[in-house]
Amino acid sequence: MTDAVFAQSIGICSAVLLLSAVLLVWRRAQVTALPLLSLQGLALAGLVAVMAIDEGSIELLGLAVLVLLFKAIAIPLALARSGRGEYGGAPLINTATSLIAMAALTALAYAVSAPLSVLGTGPTIQAIPVGIALVLYGFLLLVTGRHAIAQLIGFLVIDNGTSTVAFLSSGGVPIIVELGVFLDVLLVVLILYVLTGRIRDEYGDADLDDLTELHD
Amino acid sequence: MAAFLLTPLTACFMLVIATSALRRSWLNRFAGILAATVVLASGITISVSVLADGPITALGGLLRADALSAFMLTIVGAVGLTATWGSLAARGATERRAFSYPTLVVAFLFAMSLAVLADNLGILWVALEATTITTAFLVGHYRTRKSLEAAWKYVVLGSVGVAIALLGIVLLYAATVQAGQPTLSWTLLAESGISLDPGLVKMAAGLTLLGFATKAGLAPMHSWLPDAHSQAPAAVSGLMSGVLLSVAFYGILRVQAITDAVIGPDLMRGLLIAAGLLSIAEAAALILRQRDLKRMLAYSSIEHMGIIALAAAIGGPLAIGAALLHMLGHGLAKSSIFVVSGRILAVDGTTQIGQLRSMLAQRSGVAIPFLAAMAALLGMPPFALFFTEVAIVVAGFQRGLGWVMAVAIALLLVAFVGLARHTSDMMFGKDVVPAVGRESLVRVNDRSSHGPRLPLIAALTTTAVIGFLAGPFSHLLSEAASVLGGGR
Repeated sequence: MTDAVFAQSIGICSAVLLLSAVLLVWRRAQVTALPLLSLQGLALAGLVAVMAIDEGSIELLGLAVLVLLFKAIAIPLALARSGRGEYGGAPLINTATSLIAMAALTALAYAVSAPLSVLGTGPTIQAIPVGIALVLYGFLLLVTGRHAIAQLIGFLVIDNGTSTVAFLSSGGVPIIVELGVFLDVLLVVLILYVLTGRIRDEYGDADLDDLTELHD
Repeated sequence: MAAFLLTPLTACFMLVIATSALRRSWLNRFAGILAATVVLASGITISVSVLADGPITALGGLLRADALSAFMLTIVGAVGLTATWGSLAARGATERRAFSYPTLVVAFLFAMSLAVLADNLGILWVALEATTITTAFLVGHYRTRKSLEAAWKYVVLGSVGVAIALLGIVLLYAATVQAGQPTLSWTLLAESGISLDPGLVKMAAGLTLLGFATKAGLAPMHSWLPDAHSQAPAAVSGLMSGVLLSVAFYGILRVQAITDAVIGPDLMRGLLIAAGLLSIAEAAALILRQRDLKRMLAYSSIEHMGIIALAAAIGGPLAIGAALLHMLGHGLAKSSIFVVSGRILAVDGTTQIGQLRSMLAQRSGVAIPFLAAMAALLGMPPFALFFTEVAIVVAGFQRGLGWVMAVAIALLLVAFVGLARHTSDMMFGKDVVPAVGRESLVRVNDRSSHGPRLPLIAALTTTAVIGFLAGPFSHLLSEAASVLGGGR
């Protein structure tokens, strides 16, 4: 792979990562959220695959397949069974405000990534702020979402952001840790999914504003 | 030697399989006790072996026990045994617990043992996240609206907090890749003097501290803790309060040892002082106006984690040794008192402080262990927490953190007053309005302990005498402190 093609591929994948996250914040409906999550997983898998081909690393290629199966297929499919409809009913801030907040968070992501420039000047290093931005968007979803599924998606976007930073900055953490992280995230998603079901059974809806019994 | 490290993990793993596959009632009753006993025995064996022959490694260096790991494993076992044995239901008692309960408790012990034995920050992270996974359904075990709410907040905050720590660990790994020696082994990171980029390490230190502090219940990331600890079954509250918080803090200590070597102690010290003082202040304020016994105990845990955070900020052999002893003493006393509060809930049907009165006269069987454990938590001599708190304050003054110590002492006094007042209300206070159904007119003293006495006696006696134990024990503590660069 030539340098130019490599840089372009990395650029496209990170652009899709960022765009899918922006759309997730913008359109808070489950119908669009799950394909967007799937797309984000696909972009991350693509990113890893591009790096794998560039470095000729079989291990990274295997990881790319794993990311694809796990983040682009398994988790969105599991969530697809949790019902349909608007999950963002009334987020704490409206769409315009959240888009402005995202612009600010993107700028912040580039600002805080300054120390990372010591890692080099390649296209992968330059794309790291995208991962940081994803983490910050995930927090935005988590804090402003008043619905169980919105918080779950926020958690997944944070995790995608962390994985993006891991792959771009160091080609991924050691494989045994990576597998452990995958397993943990999958289990957390399953637990949140089961708890969402229980909240829905108990309250008729998975609106977190109903959870107000515990306080001091 | 390597077998010592594999024993607790293998035993817990096999018990997880056995309890979920066999579903025998006797196995379900004793699985937690069995697992905790193996962990405790391994912890003691490894401590002895490490003191004699130095650190042990297994699985190609993925697992490693030095004095610190050995001590932490002993805490996991000791607190685990107190909590599981203390809450052992009477034989033939109708088991309302779901079949998954013993499996999850054993898996929880497995995850904590793995966390302290792993010589890899990534595995440590995976194990800490696994503690959230295994305890999620334990917190939501009673299936009430409150416990459901507690479980949701716990899983979301716990896993997001720990996800921040993962970002920090990833950046630390990137720094080692850049330095040409990719590793997450903290032994290599702390000892080999790889020249890491200070800017990256600073970011990594902040993020990892923030993440692990969420799990360790330090303010301002503690909001899940009172909910989870008050809603979980007594044994689980005891395990989470008594040892999970300390295991998460162990992660902070390991990271601190690495980052201090690269960027100096100032950053971590500043953050830990802020988190420590804020935790003690928040806990003191909320203990004062607390109405629920279990929530009060949860805030007391936040207070004690704040003390430990201050000790970590101070650094040096005296403060770190005291912090580790504090973890053990607090773990034993807190798990005992949670077990007792579970018995109070079972007998009196409430944990509302306002509805519990003149316990000492009417329920001396549970009131006496409660008072003893509370005395330990309040830092009364001869309990270990008295000595550790004095040692931490002395170390703070020695290291020029006098004003921090002065503020901390003032806040601790407030918490002390709050805890003492609520306790004396429950123990000695008069029934102003006799509670319905408590037959408070018939003043018959209920001397039954409503559960096994021995684990509480053993745990509290240990807390009382451990401050006086010299010899091999203090050697273990000083060795453990020196693992963290205690000489600095």
